[in-house]
Amino acid sequence: MSSLSKAFTSSIGKKFVMGLTGLFLISFLIVHVSINALIFLNDSGETFNVAADFMGHNIVIRIMEVGLFVGIILHIVQAIILTSQNNAARPEKYAYNKASANSKWYSRSMGLLGTLILMFLVLHLYHFWWPTKVAVYTHQEHNTFQNIVMIFQEPWVVVVYVLGVISLGYHLLHGFQSAFQTMGWNHKKWTPVVKTVGIWFSIIVPIIFALMPISIYLGWIG
Amino acid sequence: MSTGNMNLTLQVWRQKNSKSAGKLVDYKLSDISPDMSFLEMFDVLNEQLITKGEEPVVFDHDCREGICGMCSMFINGQPHGPKDLVTTCQLHMRSFKDGDTIVVEPWRAKAFPVIKDLAVDRSAFDRVIAAGGFVSVNTGNAQDANNLPIPKSKADAAFEAAACIGCGACVATCKNASAMLFVSAKISQLALLPQGQPERYRRVQSMVAQMDEEGFGNCTNTGACEAECPKGISLENIARMNRDYLSAKFISEEEV
Repeated sequence: MSSLSKAFTSSIGKKFVMGLTGLFLISFLIVHVSINALIFLNDSGETFNVAADFMGHNIVIRIMEVGLFVGIILHIVQAIILTSQNNAARPEKYAYNKASANSKWYSRSMGLLGTLILMFLVLHLYHFWWPTKVAVYTHQEHNTFQNIVMIFQEPWVVVVYVLGVISLGYHLLHGFQSAFQTMGWNHKKWTPVVKTVGIWFSIIVPIIFALMPISIYLGWIG
Repeated sequence: MSTGNMNLTLQVWRQKNSKSAGKLVDYKLSDISPDMSFLEMFDVLNEQLITKGEEPVVFDHDCREGICGMCSMFINGQPHGPKDLVTTCQLHMRSFKDGDTIVVEPWRAKAFPVIKDLAVDRSAFDRVIAAGGFVSVNTGNAQDANNLPIPKSKADAAFEAAACIGCGACVATCKNASAMLFVSAKISQLALLPQGQPERYRRVQSMVAQMDEEGFGNCTNTGACEAECPKGISLENIARMNRDYLSAKFISEEEV
């Protein structure tokens, strides 16, 4: 094995990929949530549709979208490899393990939370990403905002979306600060700042996401 | 012989050898003194077992002063029991209540195979140390004190890392059976001092490679190791190890 592939397949190398892709996906969330927030202008989605159209057609964004999918897939593949190795590292489980005494449940449940997010993501892509793609390639007009309003009329969809972003929130609550620790960034002054920012990010971003289906369903926006 | 008044039920992991399957076995103990250490309570149990002609429970112990790192019991779901910053030998029965049921298991990790009952083979740690946890210095006359200037904060951090007794509680409690707290402490105690610099980047790469080789899991930063460590070794050491490793592999091109 070359020294470079050895570096990437080592325990720290795999964590590094996990953290790096995680931070990349966090940066995507910032863009996503900012554009979503445009619907709260309550102008029948006029501004929002301009932004959505830009995201759907701009060539730079299209290329970055490929990068985004690569990031998601790397994050998932790495997670599967790490999880199977970690399970193999303890073949016989404890009869009694009081894990709650030393760590947070969500820090121990990143795989479960990630799986929930992935299941939500499949539905989410089917709802919004796929129709946009179809419209772009068939050269049809697509009103993203109308599509949103239509989809969020179903109560079960609203519930699934809220549960999806709650999973995301807990995933971020551990993942945000964990990524910096993995990169080796541990500083007396800055690490507390990173942790505080991570907590607020994990609360605020999912709330803005969740407000979208809720406010449309309740007719606050439309 | 016992002078106390505690009655306890122990559920102890009994396993003949590394190949056979083990199981939890119930033992009743009465008149246990709250002033006994946890290991002294096990001594009482073993004396009773020997008197009855049964096999005593095998467990690791040496100094019984909390500094050697030999004792290794997973007590009621936590390594070294419920108290912070103590080893099993320094845990006392006053930390439990009369009538309690106490579950005692060995460290569980692929890299720590059970030898018998509660004793596990921790030589994987020795092999990680042998891979680079040392400084190659020529012996000779002792230097003058303070010949090498070391900032106080670095000296303190190195000393705190060096407090690791290598007991393996971090591996035992980690959901991934990762050894990163141990390995990072052993790397940090040298990386922080001038004597550790010549081999700093070679050391981190060799020790991490050996750690992976031994079959320990990967760290997911849950922080369980730091919370359970009897010596309070900090997660900062893991960040330092990651930093040195990543810089050696991806930034400064240091070969092993």
